[in-house]
Amino acid sequence: MPFPIEALLFLFLLATAVVIARLRDLFAAAMLTGMFSLLSAGLFTLMDAVDVAFTEAAVGAGIATVLMLGTLALTEKRENQQPTRTLPFVVVLLTGAALIYGTLDMPPYGSPGTGPEPAAGNAVIHHHVAPDYIKGTKEEFKLPNVVTAVLASYRGYDTLGETAVIFTAAIGVLLLLVPGRKRKSEDESAAPEDPR
Amino acid sequence: MDLPGLWNYWAVIVLMMIGLYIVIARDNLVKKMMGLTIFQVSAIMLYVSMGKVEGGTAPIIPEGAHDSEIVYSNPLPHVLMLTAIVVGIATTALGLAIVVRIYKAYGTVEEDEIGAVDRREA
Repeated sequence: MPFPIEALLFLFLLATAVVIARLRDLFAAAMLTGMFSLLSAGLFTLMDAVDVAFTEAAVGAGIATVLMLGTLALTEKRENQQPTRTLPFVVVLLTGAALIYGTLDMPPYGSPGTGPEPAAGNAVIHHHVAPDYIKGTKEEFKLPNVVTAVLASYRGYDTLGETAVIFTAAIGVLLLLVPGRKRKSEDESAAPEDPR
Repeated sequence: MDLPGLWNYWAVIVLMMIGLYIVIARDNLVKKMMGLTIFQVSAIMLYVSMGKVEGGTAPIIPEGAHDSEIVYSNPLPHVLMLTAIVVGIATTALGLAIVVRIYKAYGTVEEDEIGAVDRREA
């Protein structure tokens, strides 16, 4: 395989992630997190996942960055200096090595899925329900976009569960951030050092 | 220059480990959330890259297309990862809200300083 443009984008992502890890200016790190999401959206487009790409660009690069900046406005904008620790580094290296060992049985990138039976070099993922979804979208739904059909119909319960998760998260955020009524008349000043 | 066929998984794992390192090694809670974001995007990328078919195109059926004349990439990981992105932003929002709440209570978002405040009061 010639050097693909995907690999180039991966190198950009890698550089962004390393800079995020090293920066102590949290404002710059938040903006770089948005850039990381936007770069990954480009990568998703190259991997034919256009729906994932525009969701990532809108949600990951847009809303997540706004949330980060909002948090920084309410807290501190600089990270404290801290000594380099070796134990997390060792843990991360070991985990990474275990994960790479786990990928050795995976099909190569871009493995074709043609044919009804899994053959040598074919990825098993393409022989499960995906061919039925592509066929059914055309015949049963008469929709052009397969992802829409699967999201809203074949796997509608997943989407329902997702909605429940967002609802729960929204309630959680509201409960945490909206100041509630004070119980009786215990301390009116509400000092920021108060551990409650 | 040729790449090994499994390069996509390895690249994703390296990104994922950078995210994990930020989460476990940094004391700043906002920075931890950024690491978590990197980790989430990498996990999503792992699944999307599995669905890619060489020579395939986005799973959108053009007008008047006939059976099996076009190769589509696998739409299933795309759908599942759409869900994962939205759940990821919900997690991030909740995590950042907890960070803001911790800052209100302790006056800091550094983990070691929070621990120091707790020990002083215990």
